[in-house]
Amino acid sequence: MAETGVAETGLLATYRALLGSRVRAQLSYRTSFVADLLANVGTGLSEFATVYVVFSNTDELGGLDVWQACLVFALANITFAVADLLVGHLDLLPEHVRTGTLDAFLLRPLPVLGQLATSEISLKRIGRVGIAVVVFTIAWPQTGIPLDGRAIALLLVAIVGGTAIFSAFFVLAGALQFWLLEGREMVNSITYGSSNAAQYPATLYPAPLRWLFGYVFPAVFVAYLPVLALTGEPGPPGLPSWLGWFSPVAAAVAWALTLLVWRSGVRHYTGTGS
Amino acid sequence: MSAYPALVVAGFRRWSTYRAAMLAGALTNSVFGAIKAAVLMGTVSSAGAAVAGYDPLQAATFAWMTQALLAPVSIWADDTIARRVRTGDIAVDLARPIDPQLAAWATDLGRAAYMFLPRGLPPLLLGALVTGLALPSDPTAYLLGLVCVVAGVSVSFATRWLVNLTSFWLTEIRGVMLLYSVSATVLTGLAFPVSWFPEGLRTFAHATPFPSMLQTPVEVLTGISSGGAALELFAVQLGWLVVLLAAGRVMLHLGARRLVVQGG
Repeated sequence: MAETGVAETGLLATYRALLGSRVRAQLSYRTSFVADLLANVGTGLSEFATVYVVFSNTDELGGLDVWQACLVFALANITFAVADLLVGHLDLLPEHVRTGTLDAFLLRPLPVLGQLATSEISLKRIGRVGIAVVVFTIAWPQTGIPLDGRAIALLLVAIVGGTAIFSAFFVLAGALQFWLLEGREMVNSITYGSSNAAQYPATLYPAPLRWLFGYVFPAVFVAYLPVLALTGEPGPPGLPSWLGWFSPVAAAVAWALTLLVWRSGVRHYTGTGS
Repeated sequence: MSAYPALVVAGFRRWSTYRAAMLAGALTNSVFGAIKAAVLMGTVSSAGAAVAGYDPLQAATFAWMTQALLAPVSIWADDTIARRVRTGDIAVDLARPIDPQLAAWATDLGRAAYMFLPRGLPPLLLGALVTGLALPSDPTAYLLGLVCVVAGVSVSFATRWLVNLTSFWLTEIRGVMLLYSVSATVLTGLAFPVSWFPEGLRTFAHATPFPSMLQTPVEVLTGISSGGAALELFAVQLGWLVVLLAAGRVMLHLGARRLVVQGG
């Protein structure tokens, strides 16, 4: 009965049912959800405090004025928080690997990554998205950039591409745990490190750091390059501003490599015995 | 009386078993250090010659040094003791013939002592290589700096102890912990030196114990504060430590009185 049900409604419906149950579960503990939401607003505000402190001491940072820097902050935070909402829970993977509970996922007739991705959704991250959206809404009119078709297209490209890039980082960080197990703090430099690096103009970074976050972990594509493309400013050496249109390409490359690592990670997994 | 030194050693040894995690943490601290150094130096060079007395090299040193001390000082709250309250294990601690607060403090100092080198040296070495470090030439600055680190760890412990003990009343302290961690990230000077804050935020920060945890030890170790000013900062640390430890004792006393442990 259950099997024919799955076959009839298809994979998508299965995932939708899984996600729906997670959403309902979170909303049923109203107070706890509101507290988590507020905590995420707090995280967003404490991140924004850095922009506030910098620009209370200077008028420009790495070639950006305060409103342009706010746009970079907003794009970096919207995309990171949405990616965190969707797949941030993959950093719980070492728990499954250590205790051997990943076995259950391997036995089910669905891809492991798909199951894990839909096993949780952290709606509380909307708090941080909210702060970033507020910053964006206040900063945009001040930058004087016309909100025309080109700008909207670029913003959409940046948000979709950036979210995909950060999602790839979360999955990659999870995949590396198949080998590292206790290395959760190390993979934090990929996820949270990239998110941190994405929030500031890359002109500030010395060349090795610019290459690392430009072409190895393409965090610069998330917010800084799209904002440069919007304002028409040239980029730093090695990172021309027209690359701002290419964050989906960077995301595709990041995802391809991530999926390779993920696949060999799952093959590397051996369980923990009975 | 010799129980407390033994607990310091035990805390040290407990953490020394997690070597891979230590390496991983040091790497992450260093990556964040590199980004922070670039941003702080960029801010100083945009602002002109110096910001609140920090030249570019001092700003970079501040970035590396805060990353080096982040783990020993344990900026973010943990819920070790709160978990013991929730499960009832705290009853065992209360029944022991040693003082629970002093025992936890000793264990935390041992933890910090172990983390000092493996978590502290990598960001500093990378800093020396990438930007160079501005360090004081006066040897007494290092001595006082080290004392300030111990005091910073202790103020951090005393505050985390208070956060944990709220579990006697709240049971679930995740909200308190998150609020604490968010405040600590900004107000300890982890992201930016407290003296760079706009006036309102700076005054507010100085009304809390947070700058005593990280900003003070780093200021003294980098030589940004020296002589009388450094001693004054140390006195502020001691003041907070006395107040917070005393508050912790009162809170433990009150909490233990209303504690009900299930079981037979």
